[in-house]
Amino acid sequence: MNGDANTDAAKISLSVCDLVVCYGDKRALGPVSMEIAEKHVTALIGPSGCGKSTFLRSLNRMNDLVLGCRVEGDVRLDGQPIYGPGVDPVEVRRRVGMVFQKSNPFPKTIFDNVAYGLRIGGMRDRAEIAGRVEHALGRAALWNEVKDRMGESAMGLSGGQQQRLCIARALAVEPEVLLMDEPASALDPIATAHIEELIHELARDYTVVIVTHNMQQAARVSDYTAFFYMGDMVEFASTDTIFTHPSQPRTEDYVTGRFG
Amino acid sequence: MSEQPSKPQPGRVIPVGLAPSPRQTLPRLGPPPLQPTERKGHGQAERPRLASWRPKFHALAEAAIRVLAFSSIAAVVLIFVFIGKEAWPLFHDSAIWKEVTLAKMWFARQWPGYDAPEHIWQPVSEVPKYAVWPLVVGTLKVTLVAMLVAVPLGVGSALFVSQYAGRRLREIIKPTVELLAGIPSVVLGFFALMVMATWLQQALGLESRLNALVAGVALSFAIIPVVFTVSEEAFGAVPRSYVEASTALGAARWQTIVRVVIPAAGPGVAAGIALGLGRAVGETMIVLMASGNAAILSASPADSVRTVSATIAAELAEVVFGGAHYTVLFFLGALLFAFTLATNLLGEFAIGRMRRRLGGVA
Amino acid sequence: MKGRARTRSSRRFGDVALSLGTGLAAALVLLIVVVILGDVIYNGAPHMTLTFLTQAPRDGMTAGGIFPAIFGTVALVVLMTLAVLPAGVATAIYLSEYANPGSRLTRLVRVAVNNLAGVPSIVFGLFGLGFFVQFVGAGIDRALYGGQRVFGQPALIWAALTMAVLTLPVVIVATEEALAAVPRELRLASAALGASRLQTIARVVLPQALPGILTGAILAISRGAGEVAPILFTGVAYFLPKLPRSLHDQFMQLGYHVYVLSTQSPDVDATRPILYATVLVLLLLTFALNATAVVVRSHMRRRFAGASS
Repeated sequence: MNGDANTDAAKISLSVCDLVVCYGDKRALGPVSMEIAEKHVTALIGPSGCGKSTFLRSLNRMNDLVLGCRVEGDVRLDGQPIYGPGVDPVEVRRRVGMVFQKSNPFPKTIFDNVAYGLRIGGMRDRAEIAGRVEHALGRAALWNEVKDRMGESAMGLSGGQQQRLCIARALAVEPEVLLMDEPASALDPIATAHIEELIHELARDYTVVIVTHNMQQAARVSDYTAFFYMGDMVEFASTDTIFTHPSQPRTEDYVTGRFG
Repeated sequence: MSEQPSKPQPGRVIPVGLAPSPRQTLPRLGPPPLQPTERKGHGQAERPRLASWRPKFHALAEAAIRVLAFSSIAAVVLIFVFIGKEAWPLFHDSAIWKEVTLAKMWFARQWPGYDAPEHIWQPVSEVPKYAVWPLVVGTLKVTLVAMLVAVPLGVGSALFVSQYAGRRLREIIKPTVELLAGIPSVVLGFFALMVMATWLQQALGLESRLNALVAGVALSFAIIPVVFTVSEEAFGAVPRSYVEASTALGAARWQTIVRVVIPAAGPGVAAGIALGLGRAVGETMIVLMASGNAAILSASPADSVRTVSATIAAELAEVVFGGAHYTVLFFLGALLFAFTLATNLLGEFAIGRMRRRLGGVA
Repeated sequence: MKGRARTRSSRRFGDVALSLGTGLAAALVLLIVVVILGDVIYNGAPHMTLTFLTQAPRDGMTAGGIFPAIFGTVALVVLMTLAVLPAGVATAIYLSEYANPGSRLTRLVRVAVNNLAGVPSIVFGLFGLGFFVQFVGAGIDRALYGGQRVFGQPALIWAALTMAVLTLPVVIVATEEALAAVPRELRLASAALGASRLQTIARVVLPQALPGILTGAILAISRGAGEVAPILFTGVAYFLPKLPRSLHDQFMQLGYHVYVLSTQSPDVDATRPILYATVLVLLLLTFALNATAVVVRSHMRRRFAGASS
């Protein structure tokens, strides 16, 4: 699995080995093996229905919530298997956060939204919660816009703001990995640009895995890219490689726009 | 700096190694570290990693939910079971059979002191008589009167509200029907007994003041909201495209309604009628107060009647626990239960079909 | 067009006839409500004084008030609600959040619950008498009172439990609908943040379902205040010298009072004022409860209208 190591190795945050996901009898994804680099952005691209979102959901065991879904294979977070016996999926999700395609803030105040993850984790000290909320909103580049209306309902924010709120909400629990499922697809171009800038910033402290159907976005934003097609991962390499000289013909067809 | 890959195997592509991204001067991936990376905890660093942790009361709360849920499901099941159980001796207990059997209940018998075999319901007497037909016919008479009044009024006003009424009229009529639905049946029985019976007797010159007609009309007041609500939903769910197609073909308003809207809403309206029927058969207080409570077997609605439900209500207080009378009353209750269950299932089934067919939910 | 060509006037006649006919039906329904309510208000309002509401009946129900009946109705309804709300809401939560949705058992339970709602109230009375009074009650007497008749007879607790079973389907169905109306994305968002199922239910789902649950609860309560058949042999009485002091006492109730006064009063004219006023009180109580449910329901609609993202 290692090529020549010429300089210090980047750490691996998530490693996936022979992952297979089935819905009922239908095999939706796999087998897939890859490694996700810590504190880098990895993009998953591919046409609709290729399994990239299914793959993403396997990384934080959200597939457990889908009826009839079976997951086989090995996924390790920091070397610890997340599908092992005795592993609590709730705990996994505290360390691998997720932002959804359509923003889904709770019908609570802005403050309560961001504080939610902290409170369910057992944090009680109000000062600490407030500090963490402010920090998270700052990292999500939303603090300045909402600092005077923390007590207002989150439903009053614009689409782009709501999505940044969801990002802040996910960041507040300090996950190791942040999964983003087409985070900007429901947003206008300006809001999208904000989100992309944000992803860039976030990769300094978090491992980011992002699913996107927008190839240019993947090229702008990510360090590594995996191309999925019809339930298989066809190619996984650095973004530069994928987009300039991919090794698989199908990859080349996709990134040059011949289909998709 | 890319390598030439080997021929890809079907279904699996081995990443040969990752070239570093030019954006950050980042080296290639090596083997995963043996030590988990240090993270800032939030007061939970002592927990075993990736294992389960919950506040203690979680288990208690979830257990409480399960216990409560199971006990109420048990209550639901218990009703089905218990009514049947108390009626069961009628089918096998010979001690009960000395006094009453199923045959004795459904066929006319020759009683001492009568000229011909008759159906008589007279459980409390020297010779207990348990003929059920007077009660069943009484129920039928009252229900028939009630349905004859409630269905035209309920369906008609539902049709009016959905096809003709403007917004303001609708906002008057619909709450009024809800108001009617909210009137307890004992109040309707009271009104029938105190006021309507006198009116009807004066208007029609009837012999008995309290009879099937009075009870039936009062019962219809309780049924109208049921029929109205379901029919109105059915009419409202008819797709606009049907109406528009008919109008575009040159049909008059009334023709569209009669030939398109009503047939399309048919199953829904039928469901409303079925539900109303179930309600009518099971209703107790209205008939208890307004029907005269005489178990007379006759065809005329102007005679007093006794319905099955009123019989149970009137007589259960004085029966001997476990005796023949008690068992028969439970049997009647089981009959009522079965009948209303059947009409409800039918009504719900039809409503489900209507919603699926017309794709509309009010 | 085949057949008789429809002339304009015959078409208009059809329209007029149908609209008038259905309008007449609607008008008759309105008339019924107006007449009933009008009669009760007209005859009952003059006698609905403060003394009426706070005193006990006197002189064979020809004078005094109906306070014990009001007290009894309230006591019954409060006990019933304490029993039915936790059980009904917990059952709905279990059915919609914990149970396997595809399993035949779950579906069977749902069918049973939905159809229990249509069962005649007298059948519940049968159940209450046979099961609660004579089975459970007698059992308690044998176990705790050495055979003495304490709970093995009509009592407030048994009437309340019978009413609770009667209104259970109402609460379960209303709660399940309210839970189902909470969008799935919110549950996913909560799960993705590391919340357990219970935490998601308690912190996200229930708060949003609360107005719907309250509506169901209030409708159940209003039914509980008005139904008479189930309590006929499980605990109600016509005239009691004292207010119910414990769970095994009998009680007076507004609806039952109306029933007995209407059908068994020795002097109809003398008791007429009390009767009408009692009916009025019962109606006001029921309507107040229903109106509250409607207000809660429209408040819920407004909240959701403002909550669309």
